[in-house]
Amino acid sequence: MSNIKETFLNPIFKGNPISVLVLGICSSLAVTVQLKGAFVMGLSVIIVTGISSLICSLLRNTIPNRIRIIVQLVVVAMMVILVDQVLKAYAYSVSKTLSVYIGLIITNCIVMGRIEAFALGNKPFASLMDGLGNGLGYAMILVIVAFFRELLGSGTLFGFQVIPQTVYDFGYMNNGLMILPPMALILLGCIIWVQRSIQKDLQEK
Amino acid sequence: MADYISLFVKSIFIDNMIFAYFLGMCSYLAVSKNVKTANGLGIAVIAVLLITLPVNYLLNEYILKPGALVWMGEKYANLDLSFLSFIIFIAVIAAIVQIVEMVVEKFLPNLYSQLGIFLPLIAVNCAILGGSLFMQERDFVSFGEPVVYALGSGIGWWLAIVALAAIREKMAYSHVPAGLKGLGITFITVGLMGIAFMTFMGIQL
Repeated sequence: MSNIKETFLNPIFKGNPISVLVLGICSSLAVTVQLKGAFVMGLSVIIVTGISSLICSLLRNTIPNRIRIIVQLVVVAMMVILVDQVLKAYAYSVSKTLSVYIGLIITNCIVMGRIEAFALGNKPFASLMDGLGNGLGYAMILVIVAFFRELLGSGTLFGFQVIPQTVYDFGYMNNGLMILPPMALILLGCIIWVQRSIQKDLQEK
Repeated sequence: MADYISLFVKSIFIDNMIFAYFLGMCSYLAVSKNVKTANGLGIAVIAVLLITLPVNYLLNEYILKPGALVWMGEKYANLDLSFLSFIIFIAVIAAIVQIVEMVVEKFLPNLYSQLGIFLPLIAVNCAILGGSLFMQERDFVSFGEPVVYALGSGIGWWLAIVALAAIREKMAYSHVPAGLKGLGITFITVGLMGIAFMTFMGIQL
């Protein structure tokens, strides 16, 4: 039991897919201008990694080794289509802002990487937990980056004004730089810096 | 003709795959340790984009788009298969990468051994799928446009990875704080390069 708990918790802090393993940065950074988009994106990735890990783990003894990449891609693509259709039906405006990035979850290295590295060699329940944990680790970084970008860039959180008007009257200005895409990278660099200063064993020599 | 040139320049500099959309980040960060391999991967990406994008354009135009099946007869005119586009695009990309790999192995063994593992990995490079999805979103009108777009965005990606690889080679000699070494400083460098690329944004074409 403790083993499964470990599988679930490890990717959230110590083996975080973004800041430690450098997987899945592709689709993650462009959606972090606002918390809402980051939140929905994170949730979608949690669902996709969890369930496709589970399915691939159930199928692991029947997939021929040579064509496994294609089978994995099909399973992942199917999950992403489902998520995309649900978003289009129930959260149309968010799905419009995320545009192609939902589709890009298919090529998100976290999903493929976890299936390759974990789900193909482990029992279904453990794989589900591993997938969910990795999705959660990814979502966490996304939400942290989006929190700072939205707070400093537009003075709002989830679209609500949090910095009071009086502060603006004293001459405070939103930092327009935060809205630009490159700032996501720099923030991520800073997160990695903080994490590696705490966990010294992760530092590269 | 002027349209094509402006689309070309735009897709290289203004809509750069890396700095404006963060596509293909995983392999961008992983393979940019030295200029030579970065160069090889960049060229492979250009080649794969140039083949997959026009193929996916034709598929989108004649099979997936709402009403695209009208060539099969009147009763198919109302069909909308666009929800299948993720799975079809990724299947096409995976198949073409496989074919390119076999062709390169047979006729250019030198390049093949240089690229090694990176060639199959292009299948899950977000820049390739992203290119197809952007193509679908933009509604190109003629067959020439997706070809030019593929060439332009491929060259943009290649320029970006070669530039980063060159910077990282030089950076090996500088003093970086321990926690930032390796990954962290690379993120910040990419962020700064992105800000530099932002200067192209104001150009009207």
